[in-house]
Amino acid sequence: MTSLPETTERALGLVIDLDTCVGCHACVVNCKEWNTGGYGAPLADMNPYGAEPEGAWLNRIHTFEVSPVDAPASIVHFPKSCLHCADAPCVTVCPTGASYKRSEDGIVLVDESMCIGCGLCAWSCPYGAREMDPVENVMKKCTLCVDRIYNDNIPEEDRVPACVRTCPSGARHFGDFSDPQSNVSQLVAERGGFDLMPEMGTAPVNKYLPPRPKAKPECATTTTPASVQAEVGGFLGWLDRALEKLGKD
Amino acid sequence: MHPAISVIFFTVTSGAGFGLIAMIGAGMPLPGGLLSAFLIPALAGGMAIAGLVASTFHLGRPERAWRAFSQWRSSWLSREGVLAVTTLVLFAIYTLIWMVTGERLFWLGLPLAICALLTVYTTAMIYAQLKTVPHWHTGLTPLSYLAFSLACGLVLAGSLGGHLQPGSLAARLSFFAILIAWLVKYLWWKRAHGASLSAFGSTMETATGLGAIGKVRLLERPHTGENYLTREMVHVIGRKHASKLRTIAVFLGAGLPLLIAFGVWILSASTVWLVFAFVSLMAGLFVERWLFFAEAEHAVSLYYGGRED
Repeated sequence: MTSLPETTERALGLVIDLDTCVGCHACVVNCKEWNTGGYGAPLADMNPYGAEPEGAWLNRIHTFEVSPVDAPASIVHFPKSCLHCADAPCVTVCPTGASYKRSEDGIVLVDESMCIGCGLCAWSCPYGAREMDPVENVMKKCTLCVDRIYNDNIPEEDRVPACVRTCPSGARHFGDFSDPQSNVSQLVAERGGFDLMPEMGTAPVNKYLPPRPKAKPECATTTTPASVQAEVGGFLGWLDRALEKLGKD
Repeated sequence: MHPAISVIFFTVTSGAGFGLIAMIGAGMPLPGGLLSAFLIPALAGGMAIAGLVASTFHLGRPERAWRAFSQWRSSWLSREGVLAVTTLVLFAIYTLIWMVTGERLFWLGLPLAICALLTVYTTAMIYAQLKTVPHWHTGLTPLSYLAFSLACGLVLAGSLGGHLQPGSLAARLSFFAILIAWLVKYLWWKRAHGASLSAFGSTMETATGLGAIGKVRLLERPHTGENYLTREMVHVIGRKHASKLRTIAVFLGAGLPLLIAFGVWILSASTVWLVFAFVSLMAGLFVERWLFFAEAEHAVSLYYGGRED
């Protein structure tokens, strides 16, 4: 049944810190590495050494430029994977029951043996979290590394999603959003975590933390080197005035 | 959205096939005799089935298509599959009775017609349910699918029953059905014109959540190449010739068929001539349906820089 569970016992998901992400793509690579050998079919690449390589990825990093009105533009690296929405439209549109949300932890998964590859779930997702595997022709998506987080055969510190484990700048956090005391809930509360496209009504579990406000040095936009020179004293000031007398360049 | 030929063929042809089934079920006058009782249902069922078969070409795993009958409680696509099969089974029984007894049972025809139209409704709802595609997310989508399906069914049924009643009611009905269908489509287009993602409150700022800081612009895509998402949902090629294609769709789908239907009506000619109206209408609808997909803007395009045209 592809109806959504009314409630989930836990709400596992990620907090992604846009302030600390450096856009290194390590999470993208480790996600691909783990998930090509783990849950479901391998994540295919087409023409990997050719002119136009492409493939299925469960996590991609976009890079945006944000321009405030009164300050210079800044760059924000923006990792994007499945947000494991509470009201996931990708689940209810599925005609076969391949797409489902787990009532125990809220993870949205695809049973690849049931998937007919119609692509409707990908159409229903505003975030582009689902991609068709070009070889298996079934829908692939982030599993929140369901085969790591409950895996007793790997060391305890590895029982987090591959992207979280590998992030060198600590920009990704994994936890239970249904527990207000959890690390992720605390981070969201402290840093003003937000939803992507809340107007779509998907109630995403994953949250994003905003970049911290940038310092706004006065010289950044308003001053030019010429206007500073007059105030310089001492040896440099003398040198400046002396060179000035030799004529303008 | 990527205008896949298989899906365009499916929605247009199945729509016409189920429209004709609805007209047969509703008791439109049609020629008698065993041959008609076989050929007419074969044409209607054939179009409906050809469309459904074409739709499976769009699947990554067509061999598992049968699984799509299971989730009718939650999924419009599944409901469509269930209703299509229900309609075709009812239609087969109706046709058998027609062939054997020469009678067209109204008490069976009525539920058959209702099922056929419900199938078209569910087809349209597959698209209309998607919040991610504002062009489609409106009650006008199922209304236009239904209106076109009925128009196709009426024109074709009128043409098939042609030699029965020259200049009959069928020509007038066809004329008004085509007119109403395109009026609905006009309203759909008018609404679509204002139904951009931003009109629905989705912008690159809400997509990234960075609107509180300032204006957002895509600096770099995640990878240098194309991917499933850009090909399927960030399709832009189709919009280049949109206005020309719209003129072609209206000329073939509305202008010519209306002229033919009007001519048959005024001249009290045989409604057999409506077959040309049907062919032209179908050609126009293929173009209309191509635009339905190609012009639709998907929310995920916001992560890839928004509309490029």
